[in-house]
Amino acid sequence: MSFLPLFEWAGETTVGITISGSVWMFPVIQCLHLLALAILGGAVLVVDLRLLGLGLRHQPVSQLAHDTQPWLVGSLLVMLATGVLLLTSETLRVYYSPPFWWKMQFLLLAMLFTFTVRQKVARSDAARIPPLLGRLVAVVSLSLWFGVGFSGRWIAFY
Amino acid sequence: MSPLEFFEWLGNTPWSIALLESLWVYPIVETTHVLTLCLFLGLIATLDLRLVGLTLRRVPVSEVAGRLLPWALGGFALMVVSGLLLFYSHPLRAYENIFFRIKIVMLVLAGLNAFVFHTTVYRRVTDWDLAPIAPLRARVAGYLSLVLWCGVVVGGRMQAYSWFN
Repeated sequence: MSFLPLFEWAGETTVGITISGSVWMFPVIQCLHLLALAILGGAVLVVDLRLLGLGLRHQPVSQLAHDTQPWLVGSLLVMLATGVLLLTSETLRVYYSPPFWWKMQFLLLAMLFTFTVRQKVARSDAARIPPLLGRLVAVVSLSLWFGVGFSGRWIAFY
Repeated sequence: MSPLEFFEWLGNTPWSIALLESLWVYPIVETTHVLTLCLFLGLIATLDLRLVGLTLRRVPVSEVAGRLLPWALGGFALMVVSGLLLFYSHPLRAYENIFFRIKIVMLVLAGLNAFVFHTTVYRRVTDWDLAPIAPLRARVAGYLSLVLWCGVVVGGRMQAYSWFN
């Protein structure tokens, strides 16, 4: 199955045409995408640094995970929404950009990992998380999100 | 020599041209600059949100600042180095860009805000360390920081567009 027809359709929707036809909408949506990136990065880092035994290490992981959860989910939703809007305004360019497809694969893995394995580990009783497991989860989480961000930036280049 | 002449000369130095035209180095420097947002601004925003009582309310403010700011400052160092390299690759284009100028003004104001915060209300942090919501002056510093850094990011992103040149 090819995604091409879906991309072609999305580019011809009112939303896609409006954004690509506007001078300022694309840059403004990009700014929102970037601001959400900073918040997402902060929310991920607070917990992952803690799992690595760094940062706020006097606090239980479960408490940090609980407190940062709304910011993690909120910023991710903003990123997804703004990302879809950016995509619809330049569907064909993105479709033929290899970094875009790397990004989507990293994103899928990062979200799956964050809301299954990482969430389960971060929410469990601190004393019951083997330090090595915590570190491993943090390294995988940081690597996956780094992959998303890195390949995202490279859509502009290739 | 006027600033304009200086930046024109700077942009014509061999290293500046090589950086701008490089196949890999320029994208890597730019990617570093953008992704360091997570490390730098993500953690600064975490402290700001703690000050205004919107996250980590049970963690002492001094701990959030003490344990996260070193990471944020490391991120800031990377940000500055990569930012200077980006500026060096196209100094004239940046100098003449209104969004770049807005960004620099916002950056200076954000720095001043942080300086004032750390030299005044944060000096007495032991008095309000455990308060879920910090005192007014600290909250103002937190909101100002959020707004000013948003301005820096927006200015930086918009710099790619030269609408008013």
